[in-house]
Amino acid sequence: MSEPVIHVHGLRKSYGEHEAVRGIDLEVARGEVFAFLGPNGAGKTTTVEILEGYRSRDAGEVSVLSEDPASANRRWRSRVGLVLQSCTMPAELTVGELVELYAGYYLHPRPTAETIELVGLTGQRDARTRALSGGQLRRLDVALALIGDPELVFLDEPTTGFDPSARHHAWEVIADLRDLGKTIFLTTHYMDEAQTLADRVAVIVAGEIVAEGTPETLGGRDRAISDISFVHPAGTALSELPDELTSVAQVRDGRVHIAAVEPARSLYALTRWALENDRELGDLTVGRPTLEDIYLQLTEAQEQPR
Amino acid sequence: MSGSRLFAHQFRSDLVRFWRNPQSRYFTVLLPIVFLVIFEEIFKGTTIVDGQRITITTFYVPGIMTLGIISASFVNLTQAVVAQRESGELKRLRGTPLPTGFVIGSRAAVGVVVAIVMSALLLAIGRVAYNVPIPYSTMPGLVIAVIVGAASFACIAFAVSTRIGTAEAAAPATNLAVLPLYFISGVFVPEGQIPKFLHDIATVFPVEHLAQAVRGPFIHTHGAGISTTDLLVIAAWGGAALLIAARTLQLSPRTS
Repeated sequence: MSEPVIHVHGLRKSYGEHEAVRGIDLEVARGEVFAFLGPNGAGKTTTVEILEGYRSRDAGEVSVLSEDPASANRRWRSRVGLVLQSCTMPAELTVGELVELYAGYYLHPRPTAETIELVGLTGQRDARTRALSGGQLRRLDVALALIGDPELVFLDEPTTGFDPSARHHAWEVIADLRDLGKTIFLTTHYMDEAQTLADRVAVIVAGEIVAEGTPETLGGRDRAISDISFVHPAGTALSELPDELTSVAQVRDGRVHIAAVEPARSLYALTRWALENDRELGDLTVGRPTLEDIYLQLTEAQEQPR
Repeated sequence: MSGSRLFAHQFRSDLVRFWRNPQSRYFTVLLPIVFLVIFEEIFKGTTIVDGQRITITTFYVPGIMTLGIISASFVNLTQAVVAQRESGELKRLRGTPLPTGFVIGSRAAVGVVVAIVMSALLLAIGRVAYNVPIPYSTMPGLVIAVIVGAASFACIAFAVSTRIGTAEAAAPATNLAVLPLYFISGVFVPEGQIPKFLHDIATVFPVEHLAQAVRGPFIHTHGAGISTTDLLVIAAWGGAALLIAARTLQLSPRTS
């Protein structure tokens, strides 16, 4: 097996008294799309910025493309593409001029026209960047990250603030990158994004990795705990449910979710209770928990004790 | 790309951006020309500077040249650096193989080059429209004053940029710093009409010394026209600012 593109062991970083990252391990293989999830303030950005060579670390081993990003040189920089969270572009330049400018920074840049085509901005090539929409600016950002033909691309919340169609277009671009053989390190708030794009997912909460796996197996998602859910009946407390269900029931976004190990038995108990007490189970569904359900369980469970 | 070609590549782009930016065009290029015309049209007669009687028209050419140099290499540069930092552009550039020194050096070079071009332009307008003689015999002294002044004020720009937190604050902060100094440093008003205590305050700051260094070649046309003391004061300000900038310059946005 080839050497991992990213290898992190025991990474720590504190800001004064606050321990932002508390000894995490990560491994990303070549050609993999790796999604790094976590709530705001969990240490996600700190970790990414250490991997990108923007921040120093307090302790731990970090190797990115076989080098320590803390001592990154020009050659290493030319192998890494970055899409940062902010996306303000020089308003005075056109899309073509800006991509040409960045092409000049790299040792072996991709062809400019082809790169602009890849992100779908060929029609805007001669437009000043201030004339672009938010989604187009973000795609220009991606073009600037790709122009150096990097082996590894960091995408920090690449679709935040996008409308659904812009998001789906961006996903196609990222899928194209994966097909080009790039290794992609993605941070996102959107579970559907991780579900669609990622080969592997890690969740960081309060500076620690709380789960890691494929989108299908994360947090035991594959181990067939079914999610029974229905609209939370007004004025009903969870404690009114049958005893066997109250311990596995949660209310989220106005719905009751029951994590059922034996769905037939749980459903029987639930529907009997509903009929006997004359309650309606609006929009009753039975399914596997979504990645979002798992993510919320993980992040809430970790955050509550604090 | 070799180092010098890479620098030229960046410089060309920075120059294009300067020229396409309306604020640069109007405030840095057009405004000094308008000031020169207005002052030359309003004020007539003669004045005494450094014990020499000169025409008011001759007084205002080096005065507005000083303003032009400072506008390009200090006011405009500070605003550009703060804006590039706060927009995240400097941070993004740090993530590319382009050396950080090139990012900063190229934008500073734009300020210095524009300062030199503006000086030449104002000199030419003074000659053509107001018959102010070009000081050929002391030209080396004038060129040195312009270059030392522009380079030093560019260093001051980077040091000052570290003290400004937002792009919105950059224009008022830089203008507030230089506008009063123009009035008390012999840029807008001849030295003889400035109360002594105000002029004494002015001599602490580099604006007054640049005004002297640029004006000298127009007045003392027999020597070399180089005012060593003034140039040393300006360079000392520039050097000190460079040290501060080297230690405290930030590339990441403050507000994030």
